[in-house]
Amino acid sequence: MISINAAIIDLKRLELLAGRYSPIHVLDARVKVLVTLVFIVSVVSFGRYELVRLLPFFIFPAVMIPLANLPTLYLARKIALLSPFVLMVGLFNPVFDRNALYQFGQLGISGGWISLASLLIRSLLTVGAAFILVGTTGFTSVCQAVERLGIPRIFAVQLLFLHRYIFVLADETGTAARARELRSCGKRGLGVVSFGSQMGHLLLRTWQRAERIHTAMLARGFVGEFHSHRQSRFGVSELCFLLGWLSLFIALRYYDIPGALGEFVTGTAP
Amino acid sequence: MSHHIVEVKNLRHVYPDGTIAIIDVSFRITHGESVAIIGANGAGKSTLLQHLNGCLEPTGGDILIGDTPLSKSTLPDIRRTVGMLFQNPDDQLFMPTVFDDVAFGPLNLGLTVEHIEKRVADALDLVGAGHLRDKPPYHLSGGEKKRVAIATVLAMSPDILVMDEPTSGLDPFARRQLMNLLRGFHHTKIFTSHDLDMVLELCGRTIILHEGLIMADAPTAEIFRNEELLSACRLEKPLSMQGCPLCRQTPST
Repeated sequence: MISINAAIIDLKRLELLAGRYSPIHVLDARVKVLVTLVFIVSVVSFGRYELVRLLPFFIFPAVMIPLANLPTLYLARKIALLSPFVLMVGLFNPVFDRNALYQFGQLGISGGWISLASLLIRSLLTVGAAFILVGTTGFTSVCQAVERLGIPRIFAVQLLFLHRYIFVLADETGTAARARELRSCGKRGLGVVSFGSQMGHLLLRTWQRAERIHTAMLARGFVGEFHSHRQSRFGVSELCFLLGWLSLFIALRYYDIPGALGEFVTGTAP
Repeated sequence: MSHHIVEVKNLRHVYPDGTIAIIDVSFRITHGESVAIIGANGAGKSTLLQHLNGCLEPTGGDILIGDTPLSKSTLPDIRRTVGMLFQNPDDQLFMPTVFDDVAFGPLNLGLTVEHIEKRVADALDLVGAGHLRDKPPYHLSGGEKKRVAIATVLAMSPDILVMDEPTSGLDPFARRQLMNLLRGFHHTKIFTSHDLDMVLELCGRTIILHEGLIMADAPTAEIFRNEELLSACRLEKPLSMQGCPLCRQTPST
């Protein structure tokens, strides 16, 4: 019960971050969506054993988080919450892929371990970028931006409703879980027997609540379009932001900058 | 033509499961009137209110706002004219901040961004909630939520205010504050409420709804004196008309 309510508050906090003002927050949502998209594509397009060349991409969160005044610890915690799922995905890489890729004296590091580490770093970077995007833009503006970038409106509105429905569902689940817990006297209640009907009730209640919210939206002139009161325009700062990051990502993707740096420092080719 | 008139003619509503919520209801509310629709639970009050701005479609009968009959084509205009305050402010406040929520309606009306700022500020000031503009709605107290919900409706400049249980769940101070606020509005006002003392103070006219039919439509003072009618409709006199419970307990001899 507490964890559900805490999760809602946590989720709402991410949305609230978007209401702040910073040089990043005031930028047009479209450039932030584009930059994030190119960042994610660049990061995931590396080979599975790539590790070192991913590291320079940390410059993106390292610059964006302080500039946007986002709480680092909070974001780190949110990303860490997802890491068990990533570990599950890559868990068997070290078991099946035992070819040693690197050899340090007697110790050989297999390709499996390298690919697992690469997967973790990629998830850190991409999930982090997505959180930075939502934290500096807000989900509503992200949806508006993707619509203005050419995604059909129906998809954008569906996404928005999905986002709203998460809060409605979570609120109702929190209430239902509390009611159940209070009447099960510290035991497991009726267990699975009551679970089915509880889920059914939850669905119906959420449905009704979502309908009431929709009615409230209709009563205030909602016709399937979300408007934003923040004026957005594609100006010089947007252009600099877009070109700056894009050229950096492309350079990092096509040129082995850590390798070149190593070569420059040690004087030998890697 | 006045937008402030609400006319309901032989309204009937049957829910898809066959429940008859409203059998036959007709009334006419004119410019500037403040009317209460009261009745027991399940009398059809909320169903009736939801028809007034097209949230529900009638099974039979007509609704006119001003001279305009309520239909699909007139719905956008009618929804601007009739501002609806929901019973639960949590259903009404769904945007990330109070400002966004109050701006939601005016933005849908197509107002420019420059006008929005003023419209929102005016609406929030009117309900005394200017200082809450950047707060998220779920962090507000019950009374604050109610006032912000009213601001979201006022920001659309409606001619008619329709309110479902406006004072429910409020503490005595917040209730009094809200009543003073509502008293100051010159809109045509339609309330449903179980708070009969509020009805007595704010509404000159009262309609009693009972099992989908109108049982009485008369001046409020007259209705609250008719004890027989009230008890037949599962109602009773407002507390302020019932006398002091302590004094009544005092032996007369």
